[in-house]
Amino acid sequence: MPQYSLHINGAIHQVDVDADTPVLWVLRDHLQLVGTKYGCGIGQCGACTIHLNGNAIRSCSLPVSAVVNAEMKLTTIEGLSKDGTHPVQKAWLEIDVVQCGYCQAGQIMSAAALLERNPNPSEEDIRNAMTGNLCRCGTYTRINKAVAMAAKDL
Amino acid sequence: MTHIKTHFNRRSFLKVSAVGGAGLMLQFSWLSGLAHSSSNAEAVEGLFNINAFIRMNEDGTVTIMSPNPEIGQNVKTSMPLIVAEELDVDWDQVQVEQAPLDTEKYTRQLAGGSQSIRQGWDSLRMAGATARYLMLASAAKLWSMSPDELVTDKGMVKHLPSGKSIAYQDLLQEAATIEVPEEVPLKDPKDFKLIGTFVKNVDGKGIVTGKPLFGLDYMEKGTAIAMIVHPPAFGMQLDGYNADKAKNMPGIKKIFTVNTALDKPQWSDVNAFNELLVVVGDSTWQVMKAKEVLEVRWKTLGTLEATTAHLDSFSSVFDKSEGELGRKDGDPDGVFASADKVVESGYTGAFLAHNTMEPMNFFADVSADKARLIGPIQTPEQLRQSAASLLNMPESKIFVDMTRMGGGFGRRLYGNFGLEAAAISKAYGGPIKLIYTREDDMTQGTYRPSYHIKYRAALDKKGNLTAFEVKGSGIPSSPLFPDRFPAGTVEHYKATHYGIDTNISTGAWRAPRSNFVAGAEQSFLDEVAEAAGKDPIDFRLQLFDRAIKNPVGEGNDYDPERYAGVLKLVRDKSNWGNKMPNVYRGVAAYYSHNSYVAQVFDLEKVDDANIRIKKVWCAVDCGIVVNKEGAINQVEGGIIDGIGHCMYSQLTFEKGATQQQNFDGYHLIRNNEAPLEIAVFFVDNGIAPTGLGEPSLPPVAGALANALYKATGTRYYRQPYMVVPQQPKFVG
Repeated sequence: MPQYSLHINGAIHQVDVDADTPVLWVLRDHLQLVGTKYGCGIGQCGACTIHLNGNAIRSCSLPVSAVVNAEMKLTTIEGLSKDGTHPVQKAWLEIDVVQCGYCQAGQIMSAAALLERNPNPSEEDIRNAMTGNLCRCGTYTRINKAVAMAAKDL
Repeated sequence: MTHIKTHFNRRSFLKVSAVGGAGLMLQFSWLSGLAHSSSNAEAVEGLFNINAFIRMNEDGTVTIMSPNPEIGQNVKTSMPLIVAEELDVDWDQVQVEQAPLDTEKYTRQLAGGSQSIRQGWDSLRMAGATARYLMLASAAKLWSMSPDELVTDKGMVKHLPSGKSIAYQDLLQEAATIEVPEEVPLKDPKDFKLIGTFVKNVDGKGIVTGKPLFGLDYMEKGTAIAMIVHPPAFGMQLDGYNADKAKNMPGIKKIFTVNTALDKPQWSDVNAFNELLVVVGDSTWQVMKAKEVLEVRWKTLGTLEATTAHLDSFSSVFDKSEGELGRKDGDPDGVFASADKVVESGYTGAFLAHNTMEPMNFFADVSADKARLIGPIQTPEQLRQSAASLLNMPESKIFVDMTRMGGGFGRRLYGNFGLEAAAISKAYGGPIKLIYTREDDMTQGTYRPSYHIKYRAALDKKGNLTAFEVKGSGIPSSPLFPDRFPAGTVEHYKATHYGIDTNISTGAWRAPRSNFVAGAEQSFLDEVAEAAGKDPIDFRLQLFDRAIKNPVGEGNDYDPERYAGVLKLVRDKSNWGNKMPNVYRGVAAYYSHNSYVAQVFDLEKVDDANIRIKKVWCAVDCGIVVNKEGAINQVEGGIIDGIGHCMYSQLTFEKGATQQQNFDGYHLIRNNEAPLEIAVFFVDNGIAPTGLGEPSLPPVAGALANALYKATGTRYYRQPYMVVPQQPKFVG
C-alpha cells in the first residue's frame, strides 16, 4: 500500500492506506481522530465536515491521494482550538445547542468555515451555509443562534 | 413539610457505606416486583423505578451515576439535577457518570416512552433528600443539637443562630454511622434552587471538542471491522455466495455467514433478516470495498411488497373485515343516520426510517466463556438476555456497556445489531466492531409503520358535535388510542382497529402511533370546526368543557383541564384572534407520553410559489420543568423533527426494497427548511414532571396542515405533504 504524508491540525502524519481511501476513514481508522463522524458516505449529511485550507469539505468523499500536497492543510474538530475555545465552540456551549451531539462536530466545522470567509453573515447566509449539515434531533434554530453569536465574538 | 418514604416495600433497600478515605456511598435499590415481560416497546411505561447511586467524595464533589441510556433526551443532565436539588449542593460540585448495565444496582436501564423523568421523580428526590438528611443528622450529632435546628445550603450544614457551619465532606464518616429513618423531608418546590433553571448539557464540552463519546468511536486494540450484507428486499433470503474475489482484497480477513435467529424472541428482537453475510477486515474502507465485489445469490420466500399495493390495501381495508372494536359509547350509527351534517375524511402516512445520524454499530468480544458487548443501545438489559440465548451463555458472563448514542428515536430499542456483533465476534474468534453503512441502516430498519385512518363526525343544526367515529389501520397494525380525545367529549363515539399483514419490519418511532394519529385527528377537527362554523380553538374548548363537566364513558385517557389549559395558553401567547397581513395560522393540540402540547403555526407567503414557516408558538404542560434549557431544546427539536417528517420524509417500497437508501433519496429536513423562530411556553402548575422527548412532535402535523389550508386552500390528507401535486414550494 502507498504511504502518504498528511498535514493535519498542524502536524504531519504518515499513513499506509489505499489511494482511494476517503480522508474520513484515514482520520477515524488510522489516526484515531474520531471527532469527525460518518453519517452517509456520499457527502449528503455533513457529519464528516473538516477544513481543507480553511474551507469546509466532506471528508467522506475526498480520497486521501488528493490531499497529500504539502500545501494542503487539514483541520479537524480536534484541531479547531486547543481546548474548545474557538468562538463557534464557545457559542455552541453558551446556546446549549446539542441534543444527541453526533452531527455537531460537522456543524461546528461548517460554521467555523463560514465565519472564516464571511465574518458578518446575515441570517440567510447562515441558513444557507448550514444547510448541508443534517441534524435528526432538530437543533437547527439553536445552531443558527450560535453561529450568529460566534460572529459577534470573532 | 412533605415527607417521602425511604423504603417503599420489603423489596427495596438502601445501603450507606463508607468508601476509601472519607467518602460515602449511598446506594438505593428498589428490586422492582414488576415483571420485565412487556410485549412491546410502548408497554415499558409503568415498569419503572429509578435507582440511584450517589458517591459523596472527600474533596466536596458528588458523583451521581446516571443509570439510563443517553440518546439526546438529556437525562444525563436532568436526572442528576433532581438528586442535586434535594441534596442541596451546588451544581458545580456535581459530576455525572454513565453507569454500565448492572441489574443488581439499577432497574429499568432503558430509554423509551419519555418515561425517565416522570418515573424517576420521586425516587431521585428521595435519594437526594436521604443524603441531605444524613448530613443534617451528622452535624446535629457532632454539635449535640437537633436536626430541626439546622439548615443546608450549597453543600454545607448551618446553624444560623450561632453562625456555625460545616461542609458535607467533613461529615461523611459520621454519616456512615447514622441510621436512615423511614421517612425523610422533601424540599418545598418553591425552595428549589436548581430545578426550573437553565442548566447546560453535562457532555457539551466533550461533544464540541470531538471527544470519543459515541458507539462508533469505541475501539479496542486489535479490533477488526465487520460489516454485514443483508437481503436486498423484504421477503428475500440468502441463497449462496461466491467470495473468491472479495476474500483476496487487501485487508480482508474472513467472509462468512451468521444467523441470529432466536428460539424465543422477545419484544426487542424485531428483525427481518436473521441470516447475514459478513465481511471482516482491517479497516472500514477495505471492508466496504470488499462488500461491493461479493457475488451473492438471493431467493424469494415471501411477498415482495410495494407502496402502490399498500395504498390499494388501505382503500379497501375498512370494507374487508369488521375490524376490532376499541371503544363504543352510545349509538353512533343511529346518530350518523339522522345527522344534519356529516364530515368525513381519510388520512394516510408513509413508512418512515429512524435515520439516527449515527448508524447502527456495536463492539463485541466473545470468547468461549464470556462476552463483552459495548455500544449504543436503548435496551441494554434486553440485549443481554437475547445475547445469552443466542450465545448459549449465562447472563452473568455477559457484560453490556452503553455509550452515548447518536440519536435513538426508538431504533435502538431493537438490538439486532448488538446480537449480530456478538454472533460475528463468536464466529470470527476475536473482538470486532460491527458498522452499518447508511444504506444498511436505512434498508434494514424497524420502520414507523404506514397508516391510514378514516374519520366521520356528525353535527347538529347548531354545529355541535353529536357523534364521532374513527377507523384506524396500519401496516401492520392500527395506531388508534381509543380512550384519548375526542373520546369522553361526545355522546356517541366509536373507534375500530384494522391491521394489514406485512413482512416489512416495523417498530416504535419517536412518539409511537401518536406521531401519525395526532396530525390526522387534529387536521380532521379543523375541518369539522369549519363545517360547524366555529373557531378551531373555541370548538375544541367546548369539547373539553363537556369532558370537564360531564365526561362521556369510562377510562378517558387524558385530563381535559390540562388539555384545555395548553390551548388557552397558546391562544393567549400567539394572540390567536389577531389577524396579521400575510400570516396564515393553524392550531393543534395533542396529549401523549403524559404531557400536553398545543401549537400555533404562522406561515407567510414569500410569493405565489413559495411559503415559509415564520414562527411556531408552542405551549407545554409537562408539570414542573426540571431543566428549562434542556426542556426548551427538546420541544424545539420535536417541532423541527415533526415538520420534517410530515412535510418531506417517506420510505417507499418496490419489489420489497426501499426506494430510498441514503440521504440523497430520503429527504430529512434541512436547516433552511426549519422555522425561523420557535417560542415555547410552559404551564406553571407545580404538578410532578412528565417527559419531553416525544410530546412536542405529534401535534406538528396537524397545526402545519391547518395553516397550509389557510395559505393554499388545500386540505392535506397524505403525509408527507410534499407529495401533493402542484403546491407551493416550502422555503426557509
